[in-house]
Amino acid sequence: MGERLDVDVAIVGGGTAACAAAVALRRHGLTVAVLEKRRCGAGASGVNFGGVRQQGRDLRELPLSRRARPLWDGLNALLGEDVEFEATGHIKLARSEADLEFLERYRIDAAACGLELTMMGADAVHAELPWLGEKVLGASLSPTDGQANPRVVGPAFARLARRMGAEVREHTPVEAVAHTGSGFVVTAPGLEVRARRLVNAAGAGSGLVAASFGEAVPLTPLSPNMLVTEPMPYFVSRSIGVCGGDVYVRQVRRGNVVFGGGGGWQDHERGLARPNDAESLGGMKRTLQVVPGLAHARVIRTWSGVDGQMPDAIPVIGPSRTTPDLVHAFGFSGHGFQLGPVIGEIICELLVDGATPSPIEPFAIDRFDGLASAAPADAPVGGSTHTEH
Amino acid sequence: MSVAKLPHVAVVGAGPAGLRAVEVLVAGGLNPVLIDEAPRSGGQIYRRPPPGAERPAADLYGFEAAKATALHGLLDRLGDRVRYRPNTLVWSIEGKRLRLLADERFDALEVDAMILATGAMDRVLPFPGWTLPGVFTLGAAQIALKAQGVAIGRRVALIGAGPLLPLVAHQYRKAGAEVVLALDVTAFLPKVIHGFGLLNAPATLAKGLWYMARNVLGGVPMRFGARRLRVEGTDRVEAVVWTDARGREHRVACDAVGASFGLRSEIQLADLAGCRIVFDDLTRQWQPERSPEGRSSVVDVYLAGDGAAIGGADVAELTGARAALTLLADHGRPADAARIDRLDRELARHRRFRRALEAAYPFPGHLLDDLADTETLCRCEGITVGAVRAAARERDVDEINRLKALTRTGMGRCQGRVCGQAAAEILARSRGVPVETVGRLRGNPPVKPIPIEGGL
Ligand SMILES: Cc1cc2nc3c(=O)[nH]c(=O)nc-3n(C[C@H](O)[C@H](O)[C@H](O)COP(=O)(O)OP(=O)(O)OC[C@H]3O[C@@H](n4cnc5c(N)ncnc54)[C@H](O)[C@@H]3O)c2cc1C
Ligand SMILES: Cc1cc2nc3c(=O)[nH]c(=O)nc-3n(C[C@H](O)[C@H](O)[C@H](O)COP(=O)(O)OP(=O)(O)OC[C@H]3O[C@@H](n4cnc5c(N)ncnc54)[C@H](O)[C@@H]3O)c2cc1C
Repeated sequence: MGERLDVDVAIVGGGTAACAAAVALRRHGLTVAVLEKRRCGAGASGVNFGGVRQQGRDLRELPLSRRARPLWDGLNALLGEDVEFEATGHIKLARSEADLEFLERYRIDAAACGLELTMMGADAVHAELPWLGEKVLGASLSPTDGQANPRVVGPAFARLARRMGAEVREHTPVEAVAHTGSGFVVTAPGLEVRARRLVNAAGAGSGLVAASFGEAVPLTPLSPNMLVTEPMPYFVSRSIGVCGGDVYVRQVRRGNVVFGGGGGWQDHERGLARPNDAESLGGMKRTLQVVPGLAHARVIRTWSGVDGQMPDAIPVIGPSRTTPDLVHAFGFSGHGFQLGPVIGEIICELLVDGATPSPIEPFAIDRFDGLASAAPADAPVGGSTHTEH
Repeated sequence: MSVAKLPHVAVVGAGPAGLRAVEVLVAGGLNPVLIDEAPRSGGQIYRRPPPGAERPAADLYGFEAAKATALHGLLDRLGDRVRYRPNTLVWSIEGKRLRLLADERFDALEVDAMILATGAMDRVLPFPGWTLPGVFTLGAAQIALKAQGVAIGRRVALIGAGPLLPLVAHQYRKAGAEVVLALDVTAFLPKVIHGFGLLNAPATLAKGLWYMARNVLGGVPMRFGARRLRVEGTDRVEAVVWTDARGREHRVACDAVGASFGLRSEIQLADLAGCRIVFDDLTRQWQPERSPEGRSSVVDVYLAGDGAAIGGADVAELTGARAALTLLADHGRPADAARIDRLDRELARHRRFRRALEAAYPFPGHLLDDLADTETLCRCEGITVGAVRAAARERDVDEINRLKALTRTGMGRCQGRVCGQAAAEILARSRGVPVETVGRLRGNPPVKPIPIEGGL
């Protein structure tokens, strides 16, 4: 027989949400095991666009996003390394009258949630971003939003969890989860974990875990397609998005311009995604229209990743409806990077206090009861309908 | 696959392997597309000067002149039965669709089958001074001579760990350049011990010895077994300094250095095509799995030449022909059994030779152990050896993609094509684990940088 572990909390998955939860739980003195199939922070958490954005979120998600935002200011100190968070602001461009109206309505709604957005007229936008190619009619600026280096955040949370005494097990694919009379039994090759409580934070793999407890969910893989140029002189001073979400672009301090374009391919066999060339070409064209200054840039890499997508594009966060002591947190639908740190805290609150001050009712797992679970698609995912990041 | 339908085949790479492959395909009745990013056919070894700057083949290719001339004339002989697309980069492969870049414009090509003959590049390892102006790879030094007809300097020092070293030394001397040093960083002894294996290819061995003899006779000082290698200079190369097996330090003044340490296969396209990539103990590199018949692990993707396993030019020609014959047979075309038999016997002999050759030139890992933390490892991103060692020590990094993610090693223009192997070796050494356990950099398009406006 393999190794056995006995812990207060077992966490399936090792993304930012999972590792942040481990940190919060350790702070409360609970023993924790993080079980990650590949490497911590190498899933969606490690390969995303790096947008740390509140603007544009579903209003139901905004309170969580607002709560997450100040955590980003303290991440370097917490994690002991530079996650390159910078509040460059996020500008969302309106290219039609309808876009403008939409932005103005969103501004009012967001203000009600405490998020201050500033509407900019066409002249103001072009004065601030003189390199914009397309004529825009206006834009909405979220000055407190920004960007960070996703490659660093997840692994750093995992290391902090480990330093704080969590059992962080990589290359440990969870193959079975079950609730026995006395708690949970989680099995991976060569390892059996017994835990009083269980967290399902396995990203795109969370559907299987949920289903093991009779909670089938319509979770599908989402794979945005990403591109990056060689380093160039710094000029994209803000993180840029557009209404509709078909263009998003930012520049890192090193000089590389990162942008998105459509969706990648699913590699079912390896549970990975790969970029889709046609989508990359489309993304290049569209981005060039908005940022013609990239005309002489060269793309040095394209990539993709897999997040979990829910039909209503907001996550599942909260207690299981079938099984006590089980908490779900997945299905971030392409915008869970910014939320990561706060999801950890909310998971901890749910397990330790049995409740969270954050309004998580909209994220209940049983909101889809009666809906058949969607089959994973083979076509490029995230291409036809654009996801904002 | 039915006999009636002619498969549409692309051959990537117009080196010895790709050229022999198209020749066989044409003989088999097909009309293949031959794609190469270089402006003229010939590949690395038989690289040609641009039109108008030609020099006699005997000067350029030495012993190999006849082979070079034969290969260079091959496309003319095949005429319009081959659609030749020079100056065309294949930047990605998705299934059987090739993504092309020609004249800064994107294009695509759908095929039924493909032969990847992408060749090899110099294996680069860092040493103090490797980024100084005046330091080139051996391959670049050779290309300067073949394609431009110029030497890299007036007093040239050549450093290597493989048969390319005596060869380039010979070519430089012959072109009239002063070669002040040919330094093989590996020891001399293994070359004697493995001499028996080398006898498996007598002609090749004779050539190697001949080059070595000519170098010695011609006054090129050959030295073996270097430690603590460094190139000195303030703004550019001034001298090569090293320590020999007995601990004595040597210093040779020069104004240019050609240095690289064996070859590494260009595997990115095979990787993108989905071919299984395996670790080769002997060369310590990741290579696409290739059957003796030239098949990859993916149906209708065939592999030939140095892109799948380093074998040199003659082997590249043989594997090119062999892979094409397999492709024909797999697609129901008649195949010449006698020729296949002959090729297989020759290839078996070369494989024994190759193993002996690799053993004679072991991977010079000691150069990496000698490196100070301050030395640059990844030139594109300016990452030091120390940054890699620190990541291994302090940030739990035990895998090459994680190293890249946290330190930017291999994240620049070359995407690790140059520094990837050295980075993996240094990482593995820091962790005290076998290099294969740190894995390899994941491949993603494009294999080389592409212009963002190529689609407009
Ligand atoms: C390309 C891309 C761009 C994005 N851009 C942005 C952006 O700009 N801004 C933003 O806010 N969000 C963005 N997102 C979304 C964001 O990255 C995700 O929502 C977030 O990282 C999800 O975190 P997670 O911890 O839930 O999932 P993940 O990071 O995917 O972690 C889940 C982990 O669970 C593991 N796992 C799965 N099954 C098992 C099992 N059976 N056993 C053990 N382990 C298992 C996986 O290996 C994975 O590491 C993007 C996503 C992608 C893919
Ligand atoms: C610089 C250098 C010098 C060498 N000198 C010698 C020598 O003197 N003697 C010797 O025996 N061996 C030498 N070699 C070894 C050499 O690899 C083989 O001798 C021989 O050239 C291998 O033939 P090949 O057909 O496999 O590949 P190559 O001759 O390397 O041909 C591969 C071709 O593929 C093309 N290509 C690769 N990727 C792509 C892409 N993505 N898109 C489009 N085209 C692509 C390249 O432009 C190249 O022309 C040398 C190698 C190098 C790198």
